Amino acid sequence: MISWRWVPFVAAALVVVPVGVIFSSVLAPAGEIWQHLVETTLISLLLNTFWLVLGVIVGTALLGISLAWFTAVYEFPGRRLFSWALLLPMAIPAYVTAFVALGLFDFTGPIQTTLRAWLDSDLSWFPDIRGRMGVIIVMTLAFYPYVYLLARNAFLSQGKRSLEVAQSLGFSRKQGFFKVVLPMARPWIAGGIMLVSMETLADFGTVAVFNYNTFTTAIYKAWFSMFSLQAASQLASLLIVMVFIVIVLEQQFRSRMRYAEAKSSAKAQRIQLAGWHNWAVTGFVVCVLFFAFFLPVAQLGYWSVQSFAQNYDMDRYLEFLWHSLTLSSLAALLICLVVIAMVYALRRYPDSATRYAVRTATIGYALPGTVLAIGVYVPLVWLDGQLSELALHWFQLETGQLIQGTLAIMLIAYLIRFMAVSHYPIDSAMQRVTHSIDEAAMSLGVHGWAMIRTVHIPILKPGIFTAATLVFVDVMKEMPITLMTRPFGWDTLAVRIYEMTSEGQWEQAALPAVTLILAGLMPIYLFMRQTEI
Amino acid sequence: MSTILLQLNNVRQAYGEQAVIHDLTLSLQKGQIGCLLGPSGCGKTTALRCIAGFESVLSGEIFLNAVCVSSADVFVPPERRRIGMVFQDYALFPHLDVAANIGFGLHHLTKMERARRVDELLHVVHLTVASKKYPHELSGGQQQRVALARALAPKPELLLLDEPFSNLDISLRERLSIEVREIIKNQGITAILVTHDQAEAFAIADEIGVMHQGEMQQLDTAFNLYHRPANRFVANFIGQGVFLPGKVINAQQIEIELGILESETPHQHENGCIVDVLLRPDDIVHDDYSSLQATIVCKAFRGAEILYTLRLAGGARVLTLVPSHHNHAIGEKIGIKPEVDHIVAFQQLGS
Repeated sequence: MISWRWVPFVAAALVVVPVGVIFSSVLAPAGEIWQHLVETTLISLLLNTFWLVLGVIVGTALLGISLAWFTAVYEFPGRRLFSWALLLPMAIPAYVTAFVALGLFDFTGPIQTTLRAWLDSDLSWFPDIRGRMGVIIVMTLAFYPYVYLLARNAFLSQGKRSLEVAQSLGFSRKQGFFKVVLPMARPWIAGGIMLVSMETLADFGTVAVFNYNTFTTAIYKAWFSMFSLQAASQLASLLIVMVFIVIVLEQQFRSRMRYAEAKSSAKAQRIQLAGWHNWAVTGFVVCVLFFAFFLPVAQLGYWSVQSFAQNYDMDRYLEFLWHSLTLSSLAALLICLVVIAMVYALRRYPDSATRYAVRTATIGYALPGTVLAIGVYVPLVWLDGQLSELALHWFQLETGQLIQGTLAIMLIAYLIRFMAVSHYPIDSAMQRVTHSIDEAAMSLGVHGWAMIRTVHIPILKPGIFTAATLVFVDVMKEMPITLMTRPFGWDTLAVRIYEMTSEGQWEQAALPAVTLILAGLMPIYLFMRQTEI
Repeated sequence: MSTILLQLNNVRQAYGEQAVIHDLTLSLQKGQIGCLLGPSGCGKTTALRCIAGFESVLSGEIFLNAVCVSSADVFVPPERRRIGMVFQDYALFPHLDVAANIGFGLHHLTKMERARRVDELLHVVHLTVASKKYPHELSGGQQQRVALARALAPKPELLLLDEPFSNLDISLRERLSIEVREIIKNQGITAILVTHDQAEAFAIADEIGVMHQGEMQQLDTAFNLYHRPANRFVANFIGQGVFLPGKVINAQQIEIELGILESETPHQHENGCIVDVLLRPDDIVHDDYSSLQATIVCKAFRGAEILYTLRLAGGARVLTLVPSHHNHAIGEKIGIKPEVDHIVAFQQLGS
């Protein structure tokens, strides 16, 4: 039996191996492929990615910071409710917002059709939703909650107070905001922006819906249309480099955040907004919520109802749902078990090697799904070949494929990507099981399994539950890994959405999308209950 | 000639229905250090925030240098009040080093002047060597001095300190409060501080206002708060002591279990009345030859002195502070006698 001690190292190896495999492909002679890539797509891919990331950063920063500031420091009608509601867009996968936006605002969509009929014009001035701006706007609406949450955290703990300091030193409120509050919140805001950048770089579904070529879609195409593992790996290695830059920046900001940690000051009174300011702020918040959440949900509801009217194939839907639920549950179980073992190992052996192993293992969340799919697929297929050869050699057995065709590839890729998601809640729960708690239990004659059962598990339970929920929902929404490594016949809701939207059949994708949104509301509800926002 | 720098007239502030301060009136002379002292929730911090301009007032007026800065219809924003403030958590800017923190409020000066003023203040608070350090690299006491220097830098008319020592070790508090007093006095600045710790208030302030439930109980010197408390709350809150029942004999005499007390100044109670007489530990003196005997029920060693709790023959308890070479065991009987210069007596509760 493997001792717990080694779990963090195995987990770290799981993260390192795919990255190593992909980088080793860069070393392999592939001159023509590179040349081909450079000549055809590489420059436009780089430019597309650059503008997309930049645009989404600017958009989410503007939305996230302003919303965080208003809800953290001011008082206006509905403020308490809005503080929560502004997290709701997190429940909608970005690719769902994307296809709803296309369905609504595209040339054949209801908005343009209606306008053409009313205005009796060809609407040539209407901005093309399929362009770069469209993708940026959709991703901004989907990802701004990351910046909002972190910036709000900073503003709540130090915003009002630092404004007062500035005022006591002779600055007006407006000067204070730009000279003191923003610079002080910089590590948090930057942390949020880095998360947004990672999500943007990793995104596959949204850009696929918009036919906007980035690295993720190029990797997918190289994989499926060109059947060129080489080209896919080359592209993936470039994407990894970009992601690593973001990780390094993020780690840097996080360490600065630790120093800047503000002791939460006494609850200061909020600044009451009056007159037109009041309504301007409320109007702004309502506007964001309308476009980021209520409009997509309403449209999806409408489409779902419509699709029922057209004899929706309920059996197929239930099959997709069943696949999604099975996969998500399996992944949640597997990942939570691994992470619990990892956290226990670090608790028992808190040396620096183990610590590094855990940190490496939890960096997997930064690896885009398309990259992981390749990085896991390639070595496992190789292993499969070796195994069947061995079996043939030693036992004269025709085993065929042992690993391919099972869920193993997919589950391992999920494990790598979502270990970090479940690590945080389980680890913080474990922090509460201090060594003196163990000692107190032992001094009262409770030890071994009895201690784990009566002391540890009750303390860890809420954390494990949160972790399992987060992983469950993330796996359910996950698109590229599932799409690229699923065994035959394992179509999930996300896969269904991809297939239907790539054919422009919005109505058919609506019910699966609504299902994903309902699942996505669970973690928000949990978060709401656990935090005082 | 002394002038009044800060004046509060019947200030009232409330959060919702709950009045936090009502009818608060006080004044502070230029160059003095005032203190608002009281248990938590007494409204002292709100009063300070009203003076700073972080809160408006519902009624009453606040004058700074004879100019009304707050009233029901006047409100001068904090940045135009020429105040400096030291916050309870210091609220230093974590992204700026010590020198930049101190120079932050000097935006109206040229670069040269600013550097000179920062140097001057670094010197005043003894932090010249730490000027390039960041707040998280400093000890609590150092952070506190940076906060003080930052507030002093723009030469405010009035310095406000909100529980400035509450985040420090008890051992540091006394030393720092004396140091802070010296710095403020040397700069010739008027200051007002808020605290719940009377030792701190005594060490730093010229005048102390004791607050309770949003009302000013007594505004006086430390000596008078201790020896001539205006009411039962102040008597209980400041220092230690017990109340013994006594019978008023005449305007200067009250009889208690320990004998007849005589006061230099007449008290206000009617003859024959039963009152509660305040006895501080220093009002009871140990005397081996006294015929009055009391049993020791509790002792607390304080270094130079021992604080004994004694049970009198009638069952009442009193405190006495005795030089520590008079070491007696619990249960022993010792001789005592009252030595009261000024009788403090209040009407009995419920009568």
